[in-house]
Amino acid sequence: MSTGTGTGTDTVVTGMGVLAPTGLGHAAHWENTLRGASAIGPVTRFDAGPYPSRLAGEIADFVAEEHLPSRLLPQTDHMTRMALVASDWALADAGVEPGLMPEYGVGVVTAASAGGFEFGHRELQNLWDRGPEYVSAYQSFAWFYAVNTGQISIRHGLRGPAGAMVTEQAGGLDALGQARRQLRGGQPMVLAGAVDGSPCPWGWVARLSSSRMSRESDPARAYRPFDTDAAGYVPGEGGALLVLESEEAARARGARHRYGRIAGYAATFDPPPGSGRPTNLARAARAALDDAELTPGEVDVVFADAAGTPKEDAAEADALRCLFGSGGVPVTAPKTMTGRLSAGGPAVDVATALMSLRAGVIPPTVHVSRPLPDHTLDLVTTPRRVPLATALILARGHGGFNSALVVTRPG
Amino acid sequence: MKDRLTTDRLMEIMRECAGDGDEVETGRHPEDIEFASLGYDSLAMLETLSRLEREYGVAIDEEDFAGVTTPAELTALVNRVLAVAV
Repeated sequence: MSTGTGTGTDTVVTGMGVLAPTGLGHAAHWENTLRGASAIGPVTRFDAGPYPSRLAGEIADFVAEEHLPSRLLPQTDHMTRMALVASDWALADAGVEPGLMPEYGVGVVTAASAGGFEFGHRELQNLWDRGPEYVSAYQSFAWFYAVNTGQISIRHGLRGPAGAMVTEQAGGLDALGQARRQLRGGQPMVLAGAVDGSPCPWGWVARLSSSRMSRESDPARAYRPFDTDAAGYVPGEGGALLVLESEEAARARGARHRYGRIAGYAATFDPPPGSGRPTNLARAARAALDDAELTPGEVDVVFADAAGTPKEDAAEADALRCLFGSGGVPVTAPKTMTGRLSAGGPAVDVATALMSLRAGVIPPTVHVSRPLPDHTLDLVTTPRRVPLATALILARGHGGFNSALVVTRPG
Repeated sequence: MKDRLTTDRLMEIMRECAGDGDEVETGRHPEDIEFASLGYDSLAMLETLSRLEREYGVAIDEEDFAGVTTPAELTALVNRVLAVAV
């Protein structure tokens, strides 16, 4: 339900920190995304040889030691290190000095699909190969799905309301939705988003069990959502953290960037498999648009969930057709260049969507050479320059989670 | 018998377990500064304890461990335990 409270309380994005296979920092990520530069390649982080899927969207040149004090290294999983750096960059981009904010002035909400799997895997190996006395004391929290929220809030002294969402891929939008709820409740500022991924054997096997990972070995053919030959997805790592505040608060402190507004958000859950009832993705999208007080006709671009498996692609295409009509809105999935980044993916999609609105260019979907005609999608496969004011971002989490978020250009 | 522990070796072990400590003002000796002031929290100390026990083959009483607050005190404790160990 929209509260219709007027522009002063609108949620604006005033800073972003992005770490993606397509680039470290939002500028590099956007530049590479526009170029259609895919970052999917063979897994290098561990020996993926024994597994049927061996490709990933890895972040190639992130060296934690260059960005973080040594004290944080023994106690953090790789994805937490990236989340901490994302938080540094987002706050710096927003021009926020946490020490100067009111004590409870900044909240933190992150999402995760798993937690520190690589760290946990190593400690499990220590436990079983060597004994309990060899398990790190830091295992007590480094594996935990809420650890990014904890470590970020400790690092920056952010003592406002904190939360952690665990809805697999949908989490990246759910964290932003939750942050917006807090802002509308009077919280001045929230750092929100997700940085995720577990390119390690344990994370790999967990994902393989879904049977949705592509077994294709050619990086240009592996992850092709909406394609005639769609046969799964490629996982990746990365994410984005955004600084969210009310329009009023941003103006009052002279925030130098206003990337856009989070105008609407909604989440739904699917009926059980075998129920014969349709999925609820369209309902989530419609509810998010209602929340934004917008009609489908006012949406200029959709950043699709793009599951990459035929059944899920068809369900998403159906939802889009139902909302927008056949070919009724440009649809894109730049995550074809990064793979699906678990909870981090939709957060990156939101950052990309905001930059897309600002630049007036829709970034491309790559590797989809034969979109399935039945989907009746206007799939954007080369960068498209059009007037853009409103974007809809969709995300589906394994197990039935559907989330939708609407962003608009800053007023 | 295992070599005695030195404060230098202890500080090195702590760095390996928990990263670098905070900078120390010139003129002050880190071995006499409290762990918390050096930037090492309770988990860093647990990790260090675990490592010391494994490396030196000793069992250190939890209460004794909780009672030491500086690297110099911890070094002395470990060496006391080593001296009575057979």
